[in-house]
Amino acid sequence: MNILIVLIPVSICLGAAGLAACLWTLRHGQYDDLEGDAARILLENDMPAQAEGLPPEIDKDEMP
Amino acid sequence: MTLAACPGCVAVAPSVDAAANKGSGGAAALHLALPQIRCAACIAGVEGILAKLPSVQSARVNLGAKRVRIVLTQGYDAAGALKALNDAGFEAHELDATALRPAGDDIGRRLLARAAVAGFAMMNVMAVSVAVWSGAGDITRVMFHWVSAAIALPALAFSAVPFFASAAVALRAGRMNMDVPIALAILLAAATSVYETFAATGAHTWFDAALSLTFFLLVGRYLEHRARATARSAAAELTALELPRATRLTPVGRETVDVATLMPEDRIALAAGARAPVDGIALGAAMVDRSALTGEAAPIVLMAGDPVCAGEVILGSPLTLRVMHRAEDSTLRRLAALVEVAETGKHRYSGIADRAARLYAPVVHGLAAAAFVVWWGLTGDLHHAIAVATATLIITCPCALALAIPAVTAAMTGRLFRDGVLLKSPTALERLAEIDTVLFDKTGTLTEGVARLPELDATAASVALGLARVSDHPASRALAAALHNHLPADLSELYEVPGEGVCGLWNGAQVWLGRGQDEPELHLPDRCIPLPLRETPRPGAAEVIQALRGRGLNVAMVTGDTEARAAALAATLGIDRVHAGVRPEDKADLVRQMADRGKLVLMVGDGLNDTAALAGAHASLAPATALDAARVASDGVMLGGDLCAIDETLRLARRARSRIRQNLALAAAYNAVAIPVAVMGYATPLMAAVVMSTSSILVVLNAVRR
Repeated sequence: MNILIVLIPVSICLGAAGLAACLWTLRHGQYDDLEGDAARILLENDMPAQAEGLPPEIDKDEMP
Repeated sequence: MTLAACPGCVAVAPSVDAAANKGSGGAAALHLALPQIRCAACIAGVEGILAKLPSVQSARVNLGAKRVRIVLTQGYDAAGALKALNDAGFEAHELDATALRPAGDDIGRRLLARAAVAGFAMMNVMAVSVAVWSGAGDITRVMFHWVSAAIALPALAFSAVPFFASAAVALRAGRMNMDVPIALAILLAAATSVYETFAATGAHTWFDAALSLTFFLLVGRYLEHRARATARSAAAELTALELPRATRLTPVGRETVDVATLMPEDRIALAAGARAPVDGIALGAAMVDRSALTGEAAPIVLMAGDPVCAGEVILGSPLTLRVMHRAEDSTLRRLAALVEVAETGKHRYSGIADRAARLYAPVVHGLAAAAFVVWWGLTGDLHHAIAVATATLIITCPCALALAIPAVTAAMTGRLFRDGVLLKSPTALERLAEIDTVLFDKTGTLTEGVARLPELDATAASVALGLARVSDHPASRALAAALHNHLPADLSELYEVPGEGVCGLWNGAQVWLGRGQDEPELHLPDRCIPLPLRETPRPGAAEVIQALRGRGLNVAMVTGDTEARAAALAATLGIDRVHAGVRPEDKADLVRQMADRGKLVLMVGDGLNDTAALAGAHASLAPATALDAARVASDGVMLGGDLCAIDETLRLARRARSRIRQNLALAAAYNAVAIPVAVMGYATPLMAAVVMSTSSILVVLNAVRR
């Protein structure tokens, strides 16, 4: 059972990485226009909002 | 639950952070409404057109909000972008940034972040718990409990804040809402689990139950918030479409300024069809539509020097106005302030969620307390008695009960939003379902407001003016005022047949302005032009009234207009109860009297004279063409011009009510099974997990099915 000492932290770290990714997408406003993102996948040369030089609409510090 | 009491869910008043609207490099960001975009090609088209403009630094379309956000390289002039889009066939309007909420939705984002943390913690604790459920022993079991506690406690401290805050607000105010049993269940589950972990007695811990309860409820709350936030932001967009700008005439020329900066004695130019932004004095003859203020349908003729009130619409031809009062002192604002007073009354309505909580909480808390007392009395085992009481609180499905209502309101609000009805108030659906009387305003609601003159070409206009100015008939005077900037045609042998019209000779041919079949007509030698100077019913008005009566609702009409005109319209539409000649303040009294007689009134109105009645009625709807104050005062806004939306709204509201009842019955049925098991002391965390998930999924599925 000693393997648990390794496996449990590993599983939690993997989950935490997922959570961090989710919070990152949240901060960058990726859930603000779900309908638009669903349509944009059909465009040939679509750029992410950041790459177009658009500043993010939110202040990053205001997230909890 | 009382969402109004929950700091995590209350939608804040529209506010714009000036810094958030500034693009990089100090250039301004502006928002355009694109009401007709609906697909990927539209996104590519709009962004492609804007990218080619030299003045545009960047542009990003938001398809969900049907908006584009543009960052300009310099200045604050949307004209170039608007023209390019309109030329390419995309309808575009500039939006007022101060009236618009930023597209990023902080409250929703925060709820989603809390739900993400709760979901992450729930899955990890569940994974660990599975080992415990399947029989991990002694040391392993204790270690698993410690791991669960390490994950669950910080996660709960962050995620469950909205429930604790809302419960605290409710308890401090001496009320009971659905968040009180939820907060208590989460707290007790966490506390007993921590005790079991420290004491290592080998008893059950409930970390996973507390987390899954938090997670499911946060998801429900987010969905509900999202549905209403979309409707609210669309309603805010209507306000933002009315740019508070005016054209000021200066010795140098014309300049576009913010309405708030207008000072008395300024001169402003108003185009035909424009609404006067401030009180002022007309500097020329004009025809105005005063119906938004008084409800009278007939256009009013003004001579130079007559006062014009803010909110009146200029008909026919442009007008120059001398400003009398600043915008904040104008009639429109003073009356709009009354609305806020009337609005506060509506928040007293307690929704079905609160009533269910008031019934449910004492029963569950009483049962838990009774189980505790009985077990302690019978066995003398304090530890076991507390465990049973906690299990009772957790397993009695506050989850399904708390999801039962938000899931339905979110689904129905979303469906109505797609049908073009924006519901802004959380309890609007419930109140709409209870309606038994529908009270319509006439001008602007049942009718399309004061009729506009058809576009007359220069010849027709000059002949019409030549004929109209010799007559004193009100219709002629209105027509003459509307056409005063044309040159009258050279007419001879003019004579008036009283009550019939005016005729004369023009270039040797007979011309005639007068009564036609239904409306005044202008006869030229080669053609006949109808001049509809009266109001026409809105599309769907007769149908919706028939449909509403078919549902057994009382339908009545209230108007500030004259008895004769009101009766004529009522007869064509099939309304038998008419209150005509009602002054604005009496409209609210009428609604109050009806309420005192036990009627639950739905008020449908559009004008400033309706706002007090809209705010005072049990429920209220306003068309999108309504004045801003009327839209703010009402529970919902109908975007389409068709009144049939009212019937559809009431139908969906009633369906929502029956779904809510079904869901509450489902949750109660679950409790009927779960409570005996829990009280007898047989409940386990595994059972709680299964019951909580299945009942929650069931009520959500019932809410979203068609």
